[in-house]
Amino acid sequence: MGEKVFMKGNEALGEAAVRSGCRLFFGYPITPASELAEYMAYRLPQVGGVFIQAESEVAASNMIYGAGAAGKYAMTASSSPGISLMQEAISYMAGAEVPAVIINLIRGGPGLGDIQPAQSDYFQAVKGGGHGDYRNLVYAPSTLQEAVDIMPLLFQNAFKYRMLAMMVVDGLVGQMMEAVEFKYDIDPDSIPVPDWALSGKKMHGGTKNVNTSLELDPNKLAAHNFKLFEKYQKVYENERMFEAFELEESDIDVMIVAYGTAARIIKTAVKNLRAKGYKVGLFRPITLWPFPDKELKEYAQKTEHVLTVEMSMGQLIEDVKLSIFDPNKKYHLMPYPGGIVPTPKEVEDKVIEILKGGAK
Amino acid sequence: MGNLQVVYEVPKIYTGPNHYCPGCFHGIIHRVIAEILQEEGWDDISIGIAPVGCAVLAYDYIDIDWFEAPHGRACANATGIKWAWPDRLVFTYQGDGDAASIGFAETSYAAIRGVNITTIMVNNAVYGMTGGQMAPTTLVGMKTTTSPYGRDPKYAGYPLKMAEHIAQFEGTALSVRVSAFDPQHVLDMKKWIRKAFQYQMEGKGYTFIEVVSTCPTNWRMDPVKAAEFVKNEMIKVYPLGVYKDVGDEKKEG
Repeated sequence: MGEKVFMKGNEALGEAAVRSGCRLFFGYPITPASELAEYMAYRLPQVGGVFIQAESEVAASNMIYGAGAAGKYAMTASSSPGISLMQEAISYMAGAEVPAVIINLIRGGPGLGDIQPAQSDYFQAVKGGGHGDYRNLVYAPSTLQEAVDIMPLLFQNAFKYRMLAMMVVDGLVGQMMEAVEFKYDIDPDSIPVPDWALSGKKMHGGTKNVNTSLELDPNKLAAHNFKLFEKYQKVYENERMFEAFELEESDIDVMIVAYGTAARIIKTAVKNLRAKGYKVGLFRPITLWPFPDKELKEYAQKTEHVLTVEMSMGQLIEDVKLSIFDPNKKYHLMPYPGGIVPTPKEVEDKVIEILKGGAK
Repeated sequence: MGNLQVVYEVPKIYTGPNHYCPGCFHGIIHRVIAEILQEEGWDDISIGIAPVGCAVLAYDYIDIDWFEAPHGRACANATGIKWAWPDRLVFTYQGDGDAASIGFAETSYAAIRGVNITTIMVNNAVYGMTGGQMAPTTLVGMKTTTSPYGRDPKYAGYPLKMAEHIAQFEGTALSVRVSAFDPQHVLDMKKWIRKAFQYQMEGKGYTFIEVVSTCPTNWRMDPVKAAEFVKNEMIKVYPLGVYKDVGDEKKEG
């Protein structure tokens, strides 16, 4: 523990889950997420865990649904088309308040799309995806190290709030090899079994536990929804995460908003632009839900121009506009759909164009 | 008259009254499961998986831990629960539409994988809760709301025989078709459900009990006629019997 190791992203994500205390993985192969399942198939038996290859993503997600209801840390990982198949279980888990962790290594869509890095599942992750009124915790780290560092938080918050925690990273994070350091190793036996867990009556005082998303009485279902939204409000208040990069001055020429790999690339663009004298900074949401809207609005006071760079066709920018909620700002969008990754040069050119007044 | 003895009691863990229609076998099957769990002392360590369909509220009727599954996914949910707690008794309680149509893959893969759980599939040849639509198990010629002229194999194919299907897999320890249309068959059903649970506790693999049942409401029959229909028509297509029983040959502990 503590030393840096050179690992493929997907394998490091798997190791991070194991060191977070996860001993149950249910998965189904899909590019570019398969190495995570492969790593868990190799690693979990070494630590007394269980890897099950499910018959589909529908089944894999329903297996973590069962294991989470039984009170244990469980995880699955997939990529966009597979995550679409998991929306059923995701909605049910929200209704039944079952915690689990899902990693989406997003690839280009819609449909089969391609297998290149993308962020086009933003709406699916943040705005629902499945049926009903619900929210998921959605984390979008920008580097492998950050993904590894926050992995325990996903499991802990999933159980703290009894809800799904999802990590969305583009396929690049999973496929790239990087040096990474693991700063923790949590003993699963030290994680208490919650009193609501399905574990047999004898484990919780002889009174039965029932886990269900069904409530036939509309008044009771309404009350349940209000209770869920009180919980989501608490999550919103406590769990917003973001990074403000080069946004210290009181006036900024252009504030760029981006997350994930796009944000990582933009940091290079910001450094290059700064070297040329442009006052440019980056606002990077780390949680996509809860979205750091208050903070974004505050930083937006410093600038006239807000440039959203996303590996999708104008999804993130909707939340950017909603957060800032000021029609007098100038909003600019650089969309990169289909598995195309931005380059620093393109972003630099766009910023310069905006400041020359040529861009809308 | 001081010699009154208790010869039968409804099991304490059976908590009714239930909502089932007169002549439906769900109530009998629930009670038999409750009897077995109580007699064997397994109610403390059991986790039931309730289905979508008429038995969706099964968790109100047997006093054990319950999970309410999405339609068809019970065996996948049960797989997750079983691996979370391998020494608990985990069973799914499903209808034929649930286990054999939308959940065909999940049910089959529980058997293929030899997951150490039990499925009790109640086959009444229709989707009961949604109003009597055609199921994979609907008899040829049988009229339902989605086969108003009778099930026509040209469009709908033929009845699916789950006990035979599940029996083919090496991961299956027990696959039996029973019924409950008279007391003798209820006792027989109880024997086989008990055996399925025993095999599970011994770690023998997947166990599957198909119960040929009724739907008096959607069949438009009174309870007696419905039971007679099971006896005279249903079990011609769904013969009762043991399709696989590994017995003592496969002990894994």
